[in-house]
Amino acid sequence: MLEGKVISLIILLPLISFLILGFFGRRYFKTFSGIVGTTSIFASTLLSLITAYQYFFVVGQVNGVYQKIIALKYTWLQFTPNISIDLGIILDPISVMMIVVVTFISLMVHVYSLGYMKGEDRFSVYYSFLSLFTFSMLGLVLACNIFQIYIFWELVGVSSFLLIGFYYDKPSAVAASKKAFIVTRFADLGFLIGILILSFNAETLDFETLIQRLTSPESTYLKGIVASSFLGFSALSWGLVLVFMGGAGKSAMFPLHIWLPDAMEGPTPVSALIHAATMVVAGVYLVARLFPIYALSCPGALHVVAYVGIFSSLFAAIIACTQTDIKRVLAYSTMSQIGFMMFALGVSSYGGENGLGYMASMFHLFTHAMFKALLFLGAGAVIHYVHSNDMKDMGGLRKFMPITHLTFLIACLAIAGIPPFAGFFSKEEILSAAFQSNPVIFYLAIATAGITAFYMFRLYFSIFWNKEAHLHGEHHGEGSTTMMLPLIILGVCSIVAGFVPFGKFVSSDGAELHTEMHLTFSIAPVLIALGGIFLAMSFYKNANEKANNISVVLKGIYTSAYHKFYFDEIYLFITKKLIFNLIGRPAAWFDRNIVDGFINLLATLTQEISDTIKGMQSGRVQNYAIYFFFGIIGFVILFIFLLK
Amino acid sequence: MNQIPLEHILFVSTALFFIGVYGFFTRKNMIMMLMSVELILNSVNINFITFNKYLFPDKLNGVFFSIFIIVIAAAEAAVAIAIIINLYRSHNSIDVDDTNEMKY
Repeated sequence: MLEGKVISLIILLPLISFLILGFFGRRYFKTFSGIVGTTSIFASTLLSLITAYQYFFVVGQVNGVYQKIIALKYTWLQFTPNISIDLGIILDPISVMMIVVVTFISLMVHVYSLGYMKGEDRFSVYYSFLSLFTFSMLGLVLACNIFQIYIFWELVGVSSFLLIGFYYDKPSAVAASKKAFIVTRFADLGFLIGILILSFNAETLDFETLIQRLTSPESTYLKGIVASSFLGFSALSWGLVLVFMGGAGKSAMFPLHIWLPDAMEGPTPVSALIHAATMVVAGVYLVARLFPIYALSCPGALHVVAYVGIFSSLFAAIIACTQTDIKRVLAYSTMSQIGFMMFALGVSSYGGENGLGYMASMFHLFTHAMFKALLFLGAGAVIHYVHSNDMKDMGGLRKFMPITHLTFLIACLAIAGIPPFAGFFSKEEILSAAFQSNPVIFYLAIATAGITAFYMFRLYFSIFWNKEAHLHGEHHGEGSTTMMLPLIILGVCSIVAGFVPFGKFVSSDGAELHTEMHLTFSIAPVLIALGGIFLAMSFYKNANEKANNISVVLKGIYTSAYHKFYFDEIYLFITKKLIFNLIGRPAAWFDRNIVDGFINLLATLTQEISDTIKGMQSGRVQNYAIYFFFGIIGFVILFIFLLK
Repeated sequence: MNQIPLEHILFVSTALFFIGVYGFFTRKNMIMMLMSVELILNSVNINFITFNKYLFPDKLNGVFFSIFIIVIAAAEAAVAIAIIINLYRSHNSIDVDDTNEMKY
């Protein structure tokens, strides 16, 4: 019963709501905008749940293997008989899992925003942007064609830009939105080149055909793309690494991560939706989508994915320990967790038991969406209450915000990987996948997991325990029902999501993957995580000087981590000092003097000539008659004597 | 009876034509210019009649043309004088040099 038209409604409902709110929202809906947006996304969520049920339990499986179903396909631009850009819908385990995650988290954020953004001046604009984002994200995950994914990829970039810069009267928000857009756009340049390389060599844009042509060993396309090389690497490696560059930009992987912390300038629910749960995992999704090519044809590119992932993960975790803005801490933790997903893909291989990393990565994506959205929404509630982003202004809030406190604690336990919360299961899978294939990555990952536990509980204890902050201003309650309800729902999900038998549904080749929990294996990571928690507890539960003393001892590392290892400064140096001075200014000089000069010269010449000959147009009839007369004489001479 | 040679008549008509052209270029008074145009037209008339008479004596095409030109000249004179009168009303002058607004 997987009707293409019904499934396309999942995508189209948010689009319709975007159009309605965008065109008429401010004038006719005002405060009802939220209801309109939420209703459409609610319908979309229901539809995607039905689709998921149909796919996973009724029609998707043939002989125990989940099939790729093209539910809808429409040829949009036909370039040659072989190459066309299609718009369509692909259903396979990861896309179905993603639409559930995207619509569900989006619904939660829509509901939450009803309370959080209440009274905001541009309330309906906000909801229309949210709808636009949901539309483009759904289009991205359901894309059946690498060019379609690129189109929606850019659309999520735009909606992210719009939402980061939502408070456009705040200069920092404007700068952040510009930064996010430019950095991801730069990465997308690589993505585009990658697409062109792959599709040029495989002569198709369609995912299924592309994967089939570039993986089967006897395919001539594969031989061709491997044979042609550039700078010592095959065209295939270049294509895949460049595609990964696009993914790394969107997913804030090192060294393209600099935009994500700044993106926290947007409204907090937006951070929960876009910069934690959905858009930033698009890169992971992209690699997963092309995973057979990475795993079967070009393991080298997969190693790049793995090392970039683990490095970003560790790097972000270290920075997260020093930040004091709670949203920034969460941003770095997002980056770190996405690093986990990336290297899980990187250490995986295709098919059967060896595809554990793939499944673990998708599993972590699934659980991470739940608890990270919960963390952000909880942080939003705290910020709403305290009117500040800074940890130093908080403390002792557990008495005032019991629900937020409890759900935040659940999310922290989940991200730290304490059983039986969701994060534990997915993180264990990732660690065991890493353990099987690459010990270096495994040890780094387990260290990162410990750091994760530490900084999350540093956050938790600083917000809800520690010394009580001086709260100024009148004290409203914890938040409206619409704000608390998503927290509770997501809290429940963060507990139960881990018990989903994920390997049954999602695996690298579609067949069921049995995963076993080795209790002995789990002991070490859980102990390390607990260690991190206790360390954080001793430092931050009560106000004391231990943390400060440590930071004094580790002065050099602490300051550089606090300044995010000076990456913003490095980028500024590269762009402002090097690129602007060495390329920008000469180019500007060339433009101003050579290009403009040439045009100005033409203009001046024309003016001079016209000045000299305009006297001919004297306005005197007799002059014209003389011209006419001599013209005729000229013609007469011409015809009689010259052209006999 | 002695016929006047063709060349003599053509000489007269050519002279008449260039006198008309000269007048058209040099007179500043519009009435004078109009009269010059009439001279040009009449020189053409003479040419028509002469060629008809000397080259195709049994045809009347040239005569018809010259009558046609006379009619046109009458109409043209009417229009031109109307223009000149209007110009006089607006510019208080019929000097062509005063009517040079239509320039670059």
